[in-house]
Amino acid sequence: MQKKSTGWGWPLLLTHWLSAVALIGLFALGWWMVDLTYYSDWYKTAPHIHKSVGILLALLTLARIGWRISRGRPEAIGKAWEIRLSHFVHILIYLLLITIFTSGYLISTADGSAIDVFNWFSVPGLGEFVENQEDLAGEFHEYLAYGLMGLVLLHTAGALKHHFLDKDKTLIRMLKPKER
Amino acid sequence: MNKTLIAAAVLSLSSSLAHGADYVIDSKGAHASINFKIQHLGYSWLTGRFNDFDGQFSYDADKPEASSISVNIDPASIDTNHAERDKHLRSDDFLHVDKFAEASFVSTKVVKDGDELDVHGNLTLHGVTKPIVIEVEKVGEGKDPWGGYRVGFEGETRIALKDFGIDYDLGPASTHVELELHIEGVRK
Repeated sequence: MQKKSTGWGWPLLLTHWLSAVALIGLFALGWWMVDLTYYSDWYKTAPHIHKSVGILLALLTLARIGWRISRGRPEAIGKAWEIRLSHFVHILIYLLLITIFTSGYLISTADGSAIDVFNWFSVPGLGEFVENQEDLAGEFHEYLAYGLMGLVLLHTAGALKHHFLDKDKTLIRMLKPKER
Repeated sequence: MNKTLIAAAVLSLSSSLAHGADYVIDSKGAHASINFKIQHLGYSWLTGRFNDFDGQFSYDADKPEASSISVNIDPASIDTNHAERDKHLRSDDFLHVDKFAEASFVSTKVVKDGDELDVHGNLTLHGVTKPIVIEVEKVGEGKDPWGGYRVGFEGETRIALKDFGIDYDLGPASTHVELELHIEGVRK
Protein backbone atom coordinates (compact mmCIF):
# COMPACT_ATOMS: atom_id res chain seq x y z
CA MET A 1 0.00 0.00 0.00
CA GLN A 2 2.96 2.31 0.51
CA LYS A 3 4.18 2.13 -3.04
CA LYS A 4 2.35 0.70 -6.06
CA SER A 5 2.90 -3.02 -6.38
CA THR A 6 3.63 -4.72 -9.68
CA GLY A 7 0.88 -7.35 -9.59
CA TRP A 8 -2.68 -8.14 -8.52
CA GLY A 9 -3.52 -10.06 -5.34
CA TRP A 10 -5.33 -13.39 -5.63
CA PRO A 11 -8.72 -12.11 -4.31
CA LEU A 12 -9.04 -9.72 -7.23
CA LEU A 13 -7.85 -12.30 -9.76
CA LEU A 14 -10.30 -14.84 -8.44
CA THR A 15 -13.26 -12.41 -8.49
CA HIS A 16 -12.23 -11.14 -11.93
CA TRP A 17 -12.28 -14.56 -13.56
CA LEU A 18 -15.33 -15.76 -11.64
CA SER A 19 -17.14 -12.61 -12.78
CA ALA A 20 -15.99 -13.13 -16.37
CA VAL A 21 -17.40 -16.65 -16.50
CA ALA A 22 -20.60 -15.74 -14.60
CA LEU A 23 -21.30 -12.63 -16.70
CA ILE A 24 -20.96 -14.34 -20.04
CA GLY A 25 -23.05 -17.22 -18.68
CA LEU A 26 -25.73 -14.83 -17.41
CA PHE A 27 -25.81 -13.00 -20.72
CA ALA A 28 -26.19 -16.22 -22.71
CA LEU A 29 -28.79 -17.60 -20.29
CA GLY A 30 -30.76 -14.35 -20.33
CA TRP A 31 -30.63 -14.17 -24.10
CA TRP A 32 -31.88 -17.74 -24.40
CA MET A 33 -34.48 -17.88 -21.63
CA VAL A 34 -36.65 -14.97 -22.80
CA ASP A 35 -37.73 -17.01 -25.83
CA LEU A 36 -38.53 -20.23 -23.99
CA THR A 37 -41.94 -21.71 -24.66
CA TYR A 38 -44.44 -22.17 -21.86
CA TYR A 39 -44.11 -25.93 -21.87
CA SER A 40 -40.31 -25.95 -21.82
CA ASP A 41 -38.69 -27.77 -18.88
CA TRP A 42 -36.57 -24.66 -18.40
CA TYR A 43 -39.42 -22.15 -18.35
CA LYS A 44 -39.22 -21.76 -14.58
CA THR A 45 -35.71 -23.01 -13.79
CA ALA A 46 -33.75 -20.83 -16.24
CA PRO A 47 -35.01 -17.51 -14.79
CA HIS A 48 -34.53 -18.93 -11.28
CA ILE A 49 -30.87 -19.71 -12.01
CA HIS A 50 -30.39 -16.37 -13.80
CA LYS A 51 -31.76 -14.42 -10.83
CA SER A 52 -29.89 -16.51 -8.23
CA VAL A 53 -26.52 -16.22 -9.95
CA GLY A 54 -27.19 -12.54 -10.62
CA ILE A 55 -27.81 -11.75 -6.96
CA LEU A 56 -24.73 -13.70 -5.85
CA LEU A 57 -22.60 -11.96 -8.46
CA ALA A 58 -23.97 -8.58 -7.35
CA LEU A 59 -22.84 -9.31 -3.78
CA LEU A 60 -19.45 -10.52 -5.01
CA THR A 61 -19.08 -7.40 -7.16
CA LEU A 62 -19.80 -5.11 -4.21
CA ALA A 63 -17.11 -6.91 -2.18
CA ARG A 64 -14.77 -6.69 -5.17
CA ILE A 65 -15.30 -2.94 -5.57
CA GLY A 66 -14.72 -2.43 -1.85
CA TRP A 67 -11.53 -4.49 -1.98
CA ARG A 68 -10.33 -2.70 -5.11
CA ILE A 69 -10.94 0.77 -3.65
CA SER A 70 -9.26 -0.02 -0.32
CA ARG A 71 -6.29 -1.91 -1.79
CA GLY A 72 -5.59 0.17 -4.89
CA ARG A 73 -4.17 -1.33 -8.04
CA PRO A 74 -0.75 -2.13 -9.46
CA GLU A 75 1.05 0.24 -11.80
CA ALA A 76 -0.72 0.35 -15.17
CA ILE A 77 1.29 -0.65 -18.22
CA GLY A 78 1.13 1.16 -21.55
CA LYS A 79 1.06 4.56 -23.16
CA ALA A 80 -0.70 7.45 -21.46
CA TRP A 81 -3.75 7.31 -23.75
CA GLU A 82 -4.03 3.53 -23.31
CA ILE A 83 -3.98 3.90 -19.56
CA ARG A 84 -6.59 6.66 -19.66
CA LEU A 85 -8.82 4.64 -21.98
CA SER A 86 -8.47 1.44 -19.94
CA HIS A 87 -9.29 3.24 -16.69
CA PHE A 88 -12.33 4.79 -18.35
CA VAL A 89 -13.49 1.38 -19.62
CA HIS A 90 -12.92 -0.22 -16.22
CA ILE A 91 -15.02 2.41 -14.45
CA LEU A 92 -17.71 2.08 -17.12
CA ILE A 93 -17.76 -1.69 -16.66
CA TYR A 94 -18.22 -1.33 -12.90
CA LEU A 95 -20.99 1.25 -13.43
CA LEU A 96 -22.76 -0.96 -15.96
CA LEU A 97 -22.51 -3.94 -13.61
CA ILE A 98 -24.16 -1.97 -10.82
CA THR A 99 -26.94 -0.64 -13.05
CA ILE A 100 -27.56 -4.06 -14.61
CA PHE A 101 -27.81 -5.72 -11.21
CA THR A 102 -30.09 -2.95 -9.97
CA SER A 103 -32.38 -2.99 -13.01
CA GLY A 104 -32.62 -6.79 -12.86
CA TYR A 105 -33.61 -6.59 -9.22
CA LEU A 106 -36.22 -3.92 -10.04
CA ILE A 107 -37.92 -6.16 -12.65
CA SER A 108 -38.67 -9.04 -10.32
CA THR A 109 -39.44 -6.97 -7.24
CA ALA A 110 -41.76 -4.44 -8.92
CA ASP A 111 -44.75 -6.12 -7.27
CA GLY A 112 -43.02 -6.22 -3.89
CA SER A 113 -42.10 -9.87 -4.06
CA ALA A 114 -38.72 -11.17 -2.94
CA ILE A 115 -36.09 -12.86 -5.11
CA ASP A 116 -35.23 -16.40 -4.07
CA VAL A 117 -31.57 -17.26 -4.40
CA PHE A 118 -31.28 -21.02 -5.06
CA ASN A 119 -33.86 -21.71 -2.32
CA TRP A 120 -31.01 -20.72 0.00
CA PHE A 121 -32.01 -17.20 1.05
CA SER A 122 -34.21 -14.52 -0.40
CA VAL A 123 -33.68 -10.83 -1.04
CA PRO A 124 -36.73 -8.76 -0.07
CA GLY A 125 -38.39 -6.56 -2.67
CA LEU A 126 -38.85 -2.83 -2.26
CA GLY A 127 -41.88 -2.56 -4.53
CA GLU A 128 -42.64 -0.13 -7.30
CA PHE A 129 -40.87 3.23 -7.63
CA VAL A 130 -42.19 4.15 -11.10
CA GLU A 131 -45.23 3.05 -13.06
CA ASN A 132 -44.77 -0.18 -15.01
CA GLN A 133 -41.36 -0.48 -13.39
CA GLU A 134 -40.86 -4.03 -14.63
CA ASP A 135 -40.99 -2.87 -18.27
CA LEU A 136 -38.72 0.14 -17.83
CA ALA A 137 -36.23 -1.81 -15.74
CA GLY A 138 -36.42 -4.62 -18.30
CA GLU A 139 -35.41 -2.32 -21.15
CA PHE A 140 -32.50 -0.93 -19.15
CA HIS A 141 -31.45 -4.44 -18.15
CA GLU A 142 -31.47 -5.65 -21.76
CA TYR A 143 -29.71 -2.73 -23.46
CA LEU A 144 -27.14 -2.20 -20.71
CA ALA A 145 -26.29 -5.91 -20.97
CA TYR A 146 -25.60 -5.47 -24.70
CA GLY A 147 -23.48 -2.45 -23.84
CA LEU A 148 -21.55 -4.42 -21.24
CA MET A 149 -20.84 -7.21 -23.69
CA GLY A 150 -19.48 -4.60 -26.10
CA LEU A 151 -17.15 -3.31 -23.41
CA VAL A 152 -16.11 -6.87 -22.56
CA LEU A 153 -15.05 -7.31 -26.19
CA LEU A 154 -13.04 -4.07 -26.06
CA HIS A 155 -11.52 -5.10 -22.73
CA THR A 156 -10.55 -8.51 -24.16
CA ALA A 157 -9.13 -6.93 -27.32
CA GLY A 158 -7.01 -4.63 -25.13
CA ALA A 159 -5.70 -7.57 -23.09
CA LEU A 160 -4.80 -9.52 -26.24
CA LYS A 161 -3.10 -6.47 -27.77
CA HIS A 162 -0.94 -6.10 -24.65
CA HIS A 163 -0.03 -9.77 -24.76
CA PHE A 164 0.61 -10.38 -28.45
CA LEU A 165 1.51 -6.97 -29.89
CA ASP A 166 3.11 -5.11 -26.97
CA LYS A 167 4.39 -8.37 -25.45
CA ASP A 168 4.05 -6.96 -21.91
CA LYS A 169 2.88 -8.57 -18.65
CA THR A 170 -0.65 -7.11 -18.52
CA LEU A 171 -2.40 -10.42 -19.26
CA ILE A 172 0.12 -12.63 -17.51
CA ARG A 173 -0.25 -10.77 -14.23
CA MET A 174 -4.03 -11.30 -14.50
CA LEU A 175 -3.32 -15.04 -14.34
CA LYS A 176 -0.50 -15.12 -11.77
CA PRO A 177 -1.11 -13.55 -8.37
CA LYS A 178 1.78 -11.55 -7.01
CA GLU A 179 3.77 -13.11 -4.17
CA ARG A 180 3.33 -11.58 -0.78
CA MET B 1 -79.14 13.96 -50.55
CA ASN B 2 -77.14 16.04 -48.14
CA LYS B 3 -80.29 17.47 -46.68
CA THR B 4 -81.74 14.06 -46.00
CA LEU B 5 -78.48 12.97 -44.36
CA ILE B 6 -78.46 16.03 -42.15
CA ALA B 7 -82.12 15.56 -41.39
CA ALA B 8 -81.49 11.94 -40.47
CA ALA B 9 -78.55 12.95 -38.28
CA VAL B 10 -80.57 15.62 -36.52
CA LEU B 11 -83.43 13.19 -36.11
CA SER B 12 -81.28 10.45 -34.64
CA LEU B 13 -79.52 12.95 -32.42
CA SER B 14 -82.75 14.38 -31.13
CA SER B 15 -84.25 10.93 -30.70
CA SER B 16 -81.23 9.80 -28.67
CA LEU B 17 -81.53 12.98 -26.64
CA ALA B 18 -85.20 12.43 -26.12
CA HIS B 19 -85.00 8.78 -25.12
CA GLY B 20 -81.54 7.90 -23.93
CA ALA B 21 -79.51 9.55 -21.21
CA ASP B 22 -75.75 9.79 -21.58
CA TYR B 23 -73.50 8.40 -18.91
CA VAL B 24 -69.80 8.59 -18.15
CA ILE B 25 -68.29 5.37 -16.88
CA ASP B 26 -67.13 5.97 -13.33
CA SER B 27 -63.58 4.75 -13.83
CA LYS B 28 -62.30 7.66 -11.76
CA GLY B 29 -64.15 6.43 -8.70
CA ALA B 30 -63.25 2.85 -9.68
CA HIS B 31 -66.87 1.78 -9.83
CA ALA B 32 -66.08 -0.11 -12.95
CA SER B 33 -63.65 -2.88 -13.77
CA ILE B 34 -62.48 -4.89 -16.72
CA ASN B 35 -61.53 -8.27 -15.34
CA PHE B 36 -60.47 -11.38 -17.18
CA LYS B 37 -59.71 -14.95 -16.42
CA ILE B 38 -57.94 -17.68 -18.32
CA GLN B 39 -57.29 -21.31 -17.52
CA HIS B 40 -53.87 -22.19 -16.18
CA LEU B 41 -52.92 -25.55 -17.69
CA GLY B 42 -56.55 -26.59 -17.25
CA TYR B 43 -56.08 -26.86 -13.48
CA SER B 44 -57.26 -23.46 -12.24
CA TRP B 45 -58.24 -19.96 -13.28
CA LEU B 46 -55.78 -17.13 -13.49
CA THR B 47 -57.45 -13.76 -13.00
CA GLY B 48 -56.34 -10.27 -13.91
CA ARG B 49 -57.65 -6.91 -14.96
CA PHE B 50 -56.99 -3.74 -16.91
CA ASN B 51 -56.55 -0.85 -14.51
CA ASP B 52 -56.80 2.11 -16.89
CA PHE B 53 -59.80 2.67 -19.13
CA ASP B 54 -62.54 5.20 -19.70
CA GLY B 55 -65.71 5.43 -21.70
CA GLN B 56 -69.29 6.47 -21.96
CA PHE B 57 -72.63 5.03 -22.86
CA SER B 58 -76.20 6.03 -23.45
CA TYR B 59 -79.02 4.04 -21.94
CA ASP B 60 -82.75 4.25 -21.57
CA ALA B 61 -84.52 1.61 -19.50
CA ASP B 62 -87.61 1.93 -21.70
CA LYS B 63 -85.71 1.52 -24.92
CA PRO B 64 -82.59 -0.53 -24.22
CA GLU B 65 -82.10 -1.39 -27.92
CA ALA B 66 -81.18 2.25 -28.53
CA SER B 67 -78.27 2.03 -26.12
CA SER B 68 -74.67 2.38 -27.18
CA ILE B 69 -71.30 2.27 -25.47
CA SER B 70 -67.68 2.99 -26.23
CA VAL B 71 -64.71 2.18 -24.01
CA ASN B 72 -61.00 2.89 -24.44
CA ILE B 73 -58.59 0.60 -22.63
CA ASP B 74 -54.88 1.04 -21.98
CA PRO B 75 -53.56 -2.49 -22.58
CA ALA B 76 -50.32 -1.59 -20.75
CA SER B 77 -52.35 -1.35 -17.55
CA ILE B 78 -52.80 -5.13 -17.45
CA ASP B 79 -52.38 -6.37 -13.89
CA THR B 80 -52.24 -9.98 -12.78
CA ASN B 81 -50.58 -9.23 -9.45
CA HIS B 82 -47.21 -10.55 -10.65
CA ALA B 83 -44.69 -8.12 -12.17
CA GLU B 84 -42.75 -10.71 -14.16
CA ARG B 85 -45.92 -12.09 -15.72
CA ASP B 86 -47.30 -8.60 -16.44
CA LYS B 87 -44.04 -7.74 -18.19
CA HIS B 88 -44.38 -10.86 -20.31
CA LEU B 89 -48.05 -10.11 -21.09
CA ARG B 90 -47.10 -6.61 -22.32
CA SER B 91 -44.28 -7.96 -24.49
CA ASP B 92 -44.59 -8.99 -28.14
CA ASP B 93 -45.43 -12.54 -27.07
CA PHE B 94 -48.86 -11.25 -26.05
CA LEU B 95 -50.33 -7.73 -26.13
CA HIS B 96 -47.26 -6.01 -27.63
CA VAL B 97 -48.27 -2.74 -26.02
CA ASP B 98 -45.33 -0.78 -27.49
CA LYS B 99 -46.82 -1.30 -30.93
CA PHE B 100 -50.52 -1.55 -30.08
CA ALA B 101 -50.91 1.10 -27.42
CA GLU B 102 -54.69 1.23 -27.58
CA ALA B 103 -57.55 -1.19 -27.16
CA SER B 104 -61.21 -0.35 -27.40
CA PHE B 105 -64.75 -1.58 -27.62
CA VAL B 106 -67.40 0.27 -29.61
CA SER B 107 -70.93 -1.08 -29.75
CA THR B 108 -72.77 -1.42 -33.05
CA LYS B 109 -76.17 -2.65 -31.89
CA VAL B 110 -77.99 -3.82 -28.80
CA VAL B 111 -80.46 -6.69 -28.90
CA LYS B 112 -82.83 -7.46 -26.06
CA ASP B 113 -82.70 -11.09 -25.01
CA GLY B 114 -85.22 -11.64 -22.22
CA ASP B 115 -83.90 -9.84 -19.17
CA GLU B 116 -80.48 -9.61 -20.76
CA LEU B 117 -79.03 -7.38 -23.41
CA ASP B 118 -76.74 -8.65 -26.13
CA VAL B 119 -74.34 -5.83 -26.87
CA HIS B 120 -72.80 -6.34 -30.30
CA GLY B 121 -69.71 -4.35 -31.17
CA ASN B 122 -66.14 -4.22 -32.33
CA LEU B 123 -63.32 -5.08 -29.99
CA THR B 124 -59.89 -3.80 -30.96
CA LEU B 125 -57.06 -5.62 -29.25
CA HIS B 126 -53.47 -6.27 -30.32
CA GLY B 127 -54.14 -4.24 -33.47
CA VAL B 128 -56.98 -6.53 -34.58
CA THR B 129 -60.61 -5.41 -34.73
CA LYS B 130 -63.21 -8.17 -34.48
CA PRO B 131 -66.93 -8.20 -33.79
CA ILE B 132 -67.90 -9.69 -30.43
CA VAL B 133 -71.09 -10.00 -28.42
CA ILE B 134 -71.19 -9.16 -24.72
CA GLU B 135 -74.02 -10.56 -22.62
CA VAL B 136 -75.10 -7.78 -20.31
CA GLU B 137 -77.38 -7.67 -17.31
CA LYS B 138 -78.45 -4.53 -15.57
CA VAL B 139 -77.65 -4.53 -11.86
CA GLY B 140 -79.57 -1.41 -10.87
CA GLU B 141 -80.15 2.28 -11.35
CA GLY B 142 -81.24 5.30 -9.41
CA LYS B 143 -80.13 8.38 -7.54
CA ASP B 144 -76.88 8.33 -5.62
CA PRO B 145 -76.51 10.06 -2.22
CA TRP B 146 -74.52 12.95 -3.71
CA GLY B 147 -77.01 14.41 -6.17
CA GLY B 148 -76.16 12.26 -9.18
CA TYR B 149 -77.91 9.51 -11.07
CA ARG B 150 -76.27 6.17 -11.75
CA VAL B 151 -76.89 2.94 -13.61
CA GLY B 152 -74.75 -0.16 -13.48
CA PHE B 153 -74.32 -3.34 -15.51
CA GLU B 154 -72.37 -6.52 -15.54
CA GLY B 155 -71.28 -8.20 -18.70
CA GLU B 156 -69.54 -11.33 -19.89
CA THR B 157 -67.93 -12.49 -23.06
CA ARG B 158 -65.36 -14.96 -24.22
CA ILE B 159 -62.73 -14.36 -26.85
CA ALA B 160 -60.22 -16.60 -28.59
CA LEU B 161 -56.67 -15.26 -28.28
CA LYS B 162 -55.95 -16.51 -31.80
CA ASP B 163 -58.76 -14.35 -33.22
CA PHE B 164 -56.80 -11.33 -32.06
CA GLY B 165 -53.48 -12.52 -33.41
CA ILE B 166 -52.06 -13.70 -30.07
CA ASP B 167 -50.63 -17.15 -30.71
CA TYR B 168 -48.23 -17.80 -27.83
CA ASP B 169 -48.90 -21.41 -26.84
CA LEU B 170 -50.30 -21.57 -23.30
CA GLY B 171 -51.64 -25.07 -23.80
CA PRO B 172 -54.93 -26.50 -25.07
CA ALA B 173 -56.95 -25.40 -22.03
CA SER B 174 -55.88 -21.77 -22.34
CA THR B 175 -56.87 -20.72 -25.84
CA HIS B 176 -59.73 -18.46 -24.72
CA VAL B 177 -60.05 -15.60 -22.29
CA GLU B 178 -63.24 -14.80 -20.41
CA LEU B 179 -63.92 -11.14 -19.84
CA GLU B 180 -65.93 -10.09 -16.81
CA LEU B 181 -67.06 -6.50 -17.00
CA HIS B 182 -68.56 -4.26 -14.36
CA ILE B 183 -69.65 -0.86 -15.51
CA GLU B 184 -71.27 1.91 -13.52
CA GLY B 185 -72.16 5.15 -15.28
CA VAL B 186 -72.89 8.58 -13.86
CA ARG B 187 -75.45 10.53 -15.86
CA LYS B 188 -73.96 13.55 -17.59
